[in-house]
Amino acid sequence: MLDFPLLSLLTFLPLVGAVFILSIRGTEQNVAQNARYTALYTSVFVFAISLYLYLKFDPLDPGFQFIEKIEWLPTLNISYSMGLDGISLFFVLLSTFLTPLCILASWKAVQTRVKEYMVAFLVLETLMIGTFCALDLVLFYVFFEAVLIPMFLIIGIWGGPRKIYASYKFFLYTLLGSVLMLLAMLMIYAEGGSTDIPTLMQNPLAANLQYWLFLAFFASFAVKMPMWPVHTWLPDAHVEAPTAGSVILAGVLLKMGGYGFLRFSLPMFPEASEYFAPFVMSLSVIAIIYTSLVALVQEDMKKLIAYSSVAHMGFVTLGIFSMTVEGIHGGVFQMISHGIISAALFLCVGVVYDRLHTREMGRYGGIVKNMPKYATVFMIFMLGSVGLPGTSGFIGEFLSLLGAYKVNILMSLLAATGMVLGAAYMLLLYRRVVFGPADNKDATEMKDLEPREVLILAPLAVLVILIGVYPAPLSARIEPSVKRLVTLYEDNLMKGRPTSYVEHGDAPSLQTAHLVKGAQN
Amino acid sequence: MTTILSDLGIESVLPEIVLACGAMFLLVVGAVSRSVITNTVSYAAVLLLLLTFFLTVSLDWSTAVTMNGFFVMDRFAGVVKSLILLAMAVVLLLSTGYMKRERITAHEYPVLLLLAALGMMIMVSANDLMSLYIGLELQSLSLYVLAAIRRNSLKSAEAGIKYFILGALSSGMVLFGSSIIYGFSGTTNFAGIAQALAYLPQVHLGVSLGFVFLLAGLAFKISAVPFHMWTPDVYEGAPMSVTALFAIVPKLAAAALLMRIFYEPFAELEPVWGQIMWGLAAASMIVGALAGLGQTNIKRLLAYSSIGNMGYAMIGLIAGGADGAGATLYYFIIYMVMTAATFGVLMSLRRDGTALEEIEHMEGLSKTHPVTAYVMAALMFSMSGIPPLAGFFGKLFIFQTAIESGLIVLAVLGVVSSVVAAYYYLRIIKVMFFDDAVESLEHEPNVPRDAVILVSMAAVLGLVIMPEPLLNVARAASSVLF
Repeated sequence: MLDFPLLSLLTFLPLVGAVFILSIRGTEQNVAQNARYTALYTSVFVFAISLYLYLKFDPLDPGFQFIEKIEWLPTLNISYSMGLDGISLFFVLLSTFLTPLCILASWKAVQTRVKEYMVAFLVLETLMIGTFCALDLVLFYVFFEAVLIPMFLIIGIWGGPRKIYASYKFFLYTLLGSVLMLLAMLMIYAEGGSTDIPTLMQNPLAANLQYWLFLAFFASFAVKMPMWPVHTWLPDAHVEAPTAGSVILAGVLLKMGGYGFLRFSLPMFPEASEYFAPFVMSLSVIAIIYTSLVALVQEDMKKLIAYSSVAHMGFVTLGIFSMTVEGIHGGVFQMISHGIISAALFLCVGVVYDRLHTREMGRYGGIVKNMPKYATVFMIFMLGSVGLPGTSGFIGEFLSLLGAYKVNILMSLLAATGMVLGAAYMLLLYRRVVFGPADNKDATEMKDLEPREVLILAPLAVLVILIGVYPAPLSARIEPSVKRLVTLYEDNLMKGRPTSYVEHGDAPSLQTAHLVKGAQN
Repeated sequence: MTTILSDLGIESVLPEIVLACGAMFLLVVGAVSRSVITNTVSYAAVLLLLLTFFLTVSLDWSTAVTMNGFFVMDRFAGVVKSLILLAMAVVLLLSTGYMKRERITAHEYPVLLLLAALGMMIMVSANDLMSLYIGLELQSLSLYVLAAIRRNSLKSAEAGIKYFILGALSSGMVLFGSSIIYGFSGTTNFAGIAQALAYLPQVHLGVSLGFVFLLAGLAFKISAVPFHMWTPDVYEGAPMSVTALFAIVPKLAAAALLMRIFYEPFAELEPVWGQIMWGLAAASMIVGALAGLGQTNIKRLLAYSSIGNMGYAMIGLIAGGADGAGATLYYFIIYMVMTAATFGVLMSLRRDGTALEEIEHMEGLSKTHPVTAYVMAALMFSMSGIPPLAGFFGKLFIFQTAIESGLIVLAVLGVVSSVVAAYYYLRIIKVMFFDDAVESLEHEPNVPRDAVILVSMAAVLGLVIMPEPLLNVARAASSVLF
């Protein structure tokens, strides 16, 4: 069993489903229906495999598990290498969990080119899983960048009125960040002679190089994340994308940026990370406050949630760049929690959008009477987004703030005000859509959730509360890997320093250090 | 036959001899028999090219200089010639259906193509400034005529004239530069020039001057900015199949020629050509990306795309070494495959009985001809260098050698301009997928053309599984130059 390429199976199974869908022939209606079912079954099956992976995962082992390594470019020492640790495990689970929900959510909403739509989603799933499993720089880049192709098509073909502008902006923004990262990767390869991520994590590069490389990686991940001020593509992409596209975008694709910071920036460029940490944290705080304020004045529901995503991602970067175990743990937790909650919020918007075909808040109001089930689940997600204790959102934000507090009190204080603002805009959204005066007749005539929609939203609602009340299954797996990461970061930081810097506490004094060194020589 | 050739010591020229005789034979056949239609000559030409290809492959590729030092055959020449011959065969296969539809029935078309191939083979194997010029002129003259092959079309004639005048100027520069180099080094032989340069003081001014003229002439052939002005006009004016030829083959021959003269006779002048090529590469990438943005004609767009692509290819050339030159060769192979398929798709589309010209005319193609649209989309993504498609690997190895040789500024310019260029590739996808069909295009199936597209697509999609064997071939071929 150990030798069985479980991760490859998981990664490429959706692709097999996609090929199968492509081979479906028949009348348009038949093809559409078969494509839907094939996509659903494939993605559910993939999710089942990922659950098996979760059960098989050894929480006590902080390193990479399920490792696969096959020669790919042998003379260049680049290999097809996959593996999971406690950090990437949950991103993979998030991807496999959200994909079937997306397919269900598009069951009725997407009526044109269903076959292509389902293929795009399955291809996207392969690429998302691959990105989080890849343990080789080039392989990671291939998956990471290829995501642009299906996403561009999803926004561009099935998007809203300004889909062309949004899809171009998404594509070019992300591409510009990524190509700079590609050059940085090639630089790492030229300096280190390897593209193997575990190897590179152990051997940081020379400090003077690190700064440039960090910035190049930062360009890519900050855009992907997105961080203020390069977040402007996100509201456009979210607003124009079809519901399921927004779900994947907010649920998984944004996390690739945070994952990248953890996987590459911290361990590989420790000096630069330390140097730029105040800068990144400041940007995070600006993002939290600024985008929360922007979210307050939005009329478009999707735009509001999009801006709230930027703010929530601000907590993630704040936590990660505090370089503390709590902060990074909080960052990872926040990403997973946000993956569930923002996905759910977009699905909630999708539910009413499917009925009334508008995302304007003013067009709704007072729907609590005719849609009580909807109002309930929406409330759970809204409160999760606010970070109410007992929901998953609380744990992530709390830990991130705790980590930041250890490093910089002022920043955590400012960020904490963002939580208040977050409560303000989310409650405002909820009040205007669900409560409020029932002025719009068509809104008050909307039907409540149908079984399919309950099937989509219920698991998400359960998860939000379950993780919020009992986070141990996640934490137990995340924490060892985060601890290892922080140790690695600190060790690498020490490696890069001249010996005289190590003179704190119980480290040997300057002279003895030289003596020891001399004796070794 | 082979014994006579080996007695003369010219067995390594056998493919060229066969190709030349075959071309003459087909010319005579075409001229004397009215009943023979162009298609037959075309297919015979394809067979001849394949025969020459097999002769080239079966040759001994260890370095051999013959014909009084005029002609060199080595692994590099072998690989590049094989590529040229295959590409020519592909161009012919692509164009048969198109030429028939456009009623261009001149049997000279395949024959001129063969002669151009012959010229290119001589360029690749040139070991002397004179054989270089002979090969270059044979190639160029064939191409001038090909550009103007649609005699009664004003645009085609204009393309031919423009190409001829500017091409003649550049050939003049090559000659002028050669004569200066001869004057200072006392020889036209590459080995002799290398020896002479080794004795002359470092970066000799006179030789450098001649060399710069030579380089300017050759830069014209690969349409490097600022010697690119002819490209969009000629691409636009020539019939699509000839445009395909221009885009796919001659640049490889010219680039191979550049590689040989840079690394062999003029290796000493590396400081000179390194700087010049740096400028040409940077300018080509930038202009190729920016000038393409405003184009509405698909052929002009592809012209700027090819200019930009030459810029990327030149980066490997500047980086040098078997890795750099190998990356350039690899880039060319991938570019040729992508371009062949792209032109194949474009030639298969017709609108109101005329060939496709405007990008806008592809509106809504994904609804009317989904398969064609997806093929085209994959090609455009590949051209913009998005993984996991083949175009990404071409760029990857180019940038890898650039970083390893410290050409960081050039690499940054390269990736940034590739993002700018991505915009116009995306625009084609946008037109096909996001816009609604106004009037539907006709799609003409054609077996040889579809076969070419199918094979190219398999390569573009499948390269990711094994990107390395091809790279090793390219590197091994380039390593003989050092």
